[in-house]
Amino acid sequence: MLKPGGPAAKQLVILSGKGGSGKTSVCAAFCHLASLSERARAVLIDADVDASNLELVVAPHRVEEHEFSGGQLAVINPALCAGCGICADVCRFEAVLEWESIYTVNPIACEGCAACQTQCPEDAIHMEPQVAGRWFRSDSRYGPLFHAALTPGAENSGKLVALVKQLAGQMAIDNAYPLMIVDGPPGIGCPVIAAVSGADLAVIVAEPTVSGIADMQRILRTVEHFNVSALVCINKADIYTAGREEIEVFCGDKGLAIAGRIPFDLAVPEAMSQGEPITVYEPGGRVSQALHETWEHVLAVLNNTRRSDETD
Amino acid sequence: MIIAVASGKGGTGKTTVATSLALALAPHRPVCFLDCDVEAPNAHLFLKPVLDVRKLAVLPVPQIDQARCQHQGTCAKVCQFNAIAIAGETVLVFPDLCHGCGSCMLNCPAGAIIEQPHRLGILESGRANTGIRFARGVLDIGQPLAVPVIRQLKQWFRPRPDETVIIDAPPGTSCPTVESLQGADYALLVTEPTPFGLHDLRLAYELTRELGLPAGVIINRDGIGDSGTRDFCASVDLPVLLHIPLDRALTEGLAQGVPLVALRPQYTAHLWRVLAMIGHRLRETAC
Repeated sequence: MLKPGGPAAKQLVILSGKGGSGKTSVCAAFCHLASLSERARAVLIDADVDASNLELVVAPHRVEEHEFSGGQLAVINPALCAGCGICADVCRFEAVLEWESIYTVNPIACEGCAACQTQCPEDAIHMEPQVAGRWFRSDSRYGPLFHAALTPGAENSGKLVALVKQLAGQMAIDNAYPLMIVDGPPGIGCPVIAAVSGADLAVIVAEPTVSGIADMQRILRTVEHFNVSALVCINKADIYTAGREEIEVFCGDKGLAIAGRIPFDLAVPEAMSQGEPITVYEPGGRVSQALHETWEHVLAVLNNTRRSDETD
Repeated sequence: MIIAVASGKGGTGKTTVATSLALALAPHRPVCFLDCDVEAPNAHLFLKPVLDVRKLAVLPVPQIDQARCQHQGTCAKVCQFNAIAIAGETVLVFPDLCHGCGSCMLNCPAGAIIEQPHRLGILESGRANTGIRFARGVLDIGQPLAVPVIRQLKQWFRPRPDETVIIDAPPGTSCPTVESLQGADYALLVTEPTPFGLHDLRLAYELTRELGLPAGVIINRDGIGDSGTRDFCASVDLPVLLHIPLDRALTEGLAQGVPLVALRPQYTAHLWRVLAMIGHRLRETAC
C-alpha cells in the first residue's frame, strides 16, 4: 500500500525507446485510473518536452506559466571586433560565421561553451542567456500536471525535464501525494536519462514490430544502466504474433514481467481525437479492460518497491 | 538533393517512408541513406545493408596532468557544463557532462590539460543489395549526447555529388533533430491525422521555418483521427504530397520489417511523384 505523507512520492515513468508506440495513450489511462483511488493520487509530469501531448487528453487548466532559461549564446559586438578570427578558430561547433572579415554567431549552431569569449583579445564577445522554452503548472481532471514546451530547435531538453520533475516532486511532498506519473520522451539520450533518473519503476510500452523490439531492448538496457526496475507493456499486441512472442521470450529470459497486453483497436485514436483517455472514452471496451489489469499489475509492483530512504 | 524525413511525433512512419523512398529510387538513381536517429536506429531492419565499415564516435574530453596542475581552478570556472570540479588538490572530470568544446584546455594557465577520446557510440556503413549506400550512427547506452554522434556521422559519410540523399531524422524538435536537418535541401514531414500528430507537426513545421527549409507533408494512417491536420496544412500553405490510408494488413507487414514498396508496389510510383514534386519545388526556389 502506498503511504500518503511519506518522505517522497514514488516515481513511475512511462517510456518506449521508439516514439508512437502508444506511450502517451497508456500514460493517460494510468493518470485516469490513478485518480480513482486515494492511495494512488498522483502528480502528473509530461517529460516529452519537445512534443508534449499528455495535456491533450487530461484537459488541463493553466495555473502558472514561466520562462525556462536554458543555456546561453555567444554574441559578438561589431563595434569592438577587430576581425582577427580567433573565435572562429577555437569554435568546434562551426557556429562562428565569417563574411568579408565580419564575424557573427549562428545561434542555432552555438553550443554556449564560451570558448570564444575566453579567447577574444578585444573582449568583444559576451554570453546572453537564452529563453529555451516555457514550463507550466496546470490543474487537470486527474491531478496537478507539470508540463513544458521547449522552443523548437532549442537545446537543454534534459535540463527542462529535470526542472519540471523537481518542481513536481516538491509539490508531491508538500501535498502528500503518494505517486508521480512521468510520461517520458522517446529515445535513450539526455531527456530520457533526466526522466529516468530517480524513478522507482519504469513501464516500457513496446510494439511487437521489428522496430519496436529493437527500441525496447535499447530502452531496457538504458533503465538497467541507471538501476531502475522495469515492466513491459505490449501495445497493439495482436498485430504480429511472432513479434509478441519474441518480446515474451526476451522478457522471460531477462526475468522481466509483462505488465499487460493491449489489443490493437481504433477506439484508441478515436479517444485521442475526443481528448479523453481510452478508459474514459470506452470504459467497457477491451482496451480499457486490458489497461485496468495492467494498472493493477503496475500498482502491485510499485507498492513492493522500496525507496532507499525508507526503512521497516 | 538532400531530403530529410522528419516528424515532430515519433512512430508516425518516418522510417517507413524514408526507406521506401530510397528503395523506389535506387534502381534508377544512386542513393545514399543516412540513419540519423542514433537513439533508436531502425532503417537497417528494412534496407538490410551489410555493415562492414565501422568507426567510433568519440568526444575529446579533458585529461588533467596532476603533476603540472597549479590548482588555480580555471578549468572548472570556464567550463559551462559543470564537467570539471575541484576537490581539494584534485581535479575531477565528468566525461558524461563534457561537450568537448576544448575551452578548459585553451584556458589552462599551466598547460596541464590534454584531451582523450571518450566513446559516445559507433558509426557503421555498408551497402544494401539494392545498391543503396547506407550509414548509421548508434548512440551507446547511458550516453546523453546524441548530437556529436549525428555530426560525426554526417562528416564521416559524405554523399557523392550525383547521389540523392535520404536522411532518417530523429523524432522531436530539439537539438538532435536540428543537427540531422542541417545541410538538407528539403524536409519531408511524416504525420498522422490525430491531435497528437497535429500538435507535433506544428512544432516540426515551425522548426523548418526557423531553419529556412522548404517542407511538405505525408499523412500516414489516413482515415483515423480528424480533419485538423489537413486544415492546418491548407492554412499555412504546407503541401500534402501523399496520403497513406490506414490498412491493418499493411501495419502487420511493416511490423515484420517488410518495406512499404514491397508490401504495396503501387507506392513506388506514388513516391516517385513525391520526389518529382520536391525536385520541382526546389528548382522553383533556386530560380
